[in-house]
Amino acid sequence: MSILTDLLMMLLVLTNLRMLASSRVAVCIQNVAIQAVVLGAITFSLSAHAAIAAGVIVVAISTVAVKGLVLPWLLRRAMKGAGIGREIEPFVGYASSVLIGAVLLGLCFVIARPLRDTSHAGASMLIPVAMFTILTGLFIIISRRKALTQVLGYLTMENGVCVFGVSLAVEEPLLVEMGILLDVLVGVFVMGIVIHQINREFDHIDTDRLSVLKD
Amino acid sequence: MIILASIIHVVLALSLSPLLIGVINRVKAKFAGRRGRPLLQLYYDLWKLLHKGAVYSTTTTWVFRTGPLVGISAVLVAISLVPLGRVPALAAFDGDIILLAYVLGLMRFMTVLAALDTGSAFEGMGAGREVQFSLLAEPALLLGVGALSISTGDWSLSGIYGSLFADGLAAVAPTAVMVAASLLIILLAENSRIPVDDPNTHLELTMIHEVMVLDHGGVDLAFIQYAAALKLWVFCALFVGVALPLQMHWPLVDLAFGMAGVFIVAMVIGVIESTMARLRLLRVPQMLVVSAVLAMIAVLWALR
Repeated sequence: MSILTDLLMMLLVLTNLRMLASSRVAVCIQNVAIQAVVLGAITFSLSAHAAIAAGVIVVAISTVAVKGLVLPWLLRRAMKGAGIGREIEPFVGYASSVLIGAVLLGLCFVIARPLRDTSHAGASMLIPVAMFTILTGLFIIISRRKALTQVLGYLTMENGVCVFGVSLAVEEPLLVEMGILLDVLVGVFVMGIVIHQINREFDHIDTDRLSVLKD
Repeated sequence: MIILASIIHVVLALSLSPLLIGVINRVKAKFAGRRGRPLLQLYYDLWKLLHKGAVYSTTTTWVFRTGPLVGISAVLVAISLVPLGRVPALAAFDGDIILLAYVLGLMRFMTVLAALDTGSAFEGMGAGREVQFSLLAEPALLLGVGALSISTGDWSLSGIYGSLFADGLAAVAPTAVMVAASLLIILLAENSRIPVDDPNTHLELTMIHEVMVLDHGGVDLAFIQYAAALKLWVFCALFVGVALPLQMHWPLVDLAFGMAGVFIVAMVIGVIESTMARLRLLRVPQMLVVSAVLAMIAVLWALR
């Protein structure tokens, strides 16, 4: 199953790069959804060695359902509500974002070298890719201007955390996974409302203006 | 037997590469609902051009006349260096990828010089674009082949391609996928196909390669067009070797698979050209940076 896992990892890296390269919010939302599906597939491909536990199936399916269907739907609604189709002027340009992404990936490979033995058998790429996904999310949060894109960065980061969890133990307690999933759902829900409010107050959702606010 | 297959590959490349352009055009015509020009149209064009004399502007010098000659000789060297799938190249030695890259670079350099030699601002513009794009495409090509070289531990192109899938698919699959994606973008950019340049139009906004050869005519133009077809073959062969994970160990069967692969790539190019719009000039460097980054990731993946 190693080849399938490796290809899925590659797909995850590619979605991260697409996230860094695309200016359209709709594409980024779609990207987060694809990542969720890949995440579910990774869970399955890792647990294919042994008999698949019922808990793993539940976690994988609910991950795909929540992150792949519900959250994109919420975000698309927020996008339509705010009336923005694309990120116009990010703090870091797209070509340089992709290059920085490549550098980050290299960094992750170096950092993850000592950790390799602790990871799941047959999938030495899990940890660096998980770290890369987390760093990509963080980078998007700091380099993009729109509140909506920052939420997408947060979701990417969360996907990375999820891969990290998978890499350390396939059979995490069901309750913990479900709790995280619920947190993310509520978080995005709240952020959707906040985006709506920012948009109503300022007629745009550029967050850099928020830093001059005083109480 | 292997050397026979290599020789047959070179002969077939020399004779069939204009057909590749014909296949691309036929696929595009089918997509547009047209009947399209004959498959052998480029052969007719070359034949016609070879029987014409050339007219040289008085502002041009010997540089203008050497351009097409150097171009076609460079690409002939390239053809003898490139393996087709598992069929080794006619000449193979350690580091031949560097020679391949720079032979193609020399071809481009002479085309650019010839374009500048005409003294036309229009051709200078095209030359500037060509150089800008190839500046980004060349490191991507070298990085991509470098990644393959790392994962196979071989240093000649034929060695790399010959042993790429020898240890089974699992070991190299992610690297090969990345390099294939990167090579496809380079293939489209280097041969001025659609997302980068539209080979059909003569509009100043789209022209990169076409604009540089506007002043050439007759035999010179025939050389340039034939060299362009051969260059397309070189890149298709490089791409097929990564994208087609088949190894039969019978050189002639491998050759047949490689040939089929090259023509399938031509069809894929036709499909891409029919379904995609040309990118804005500003976006093209971005696409090439992505291809370089893909190659870089392949290197990282192979190095891990």
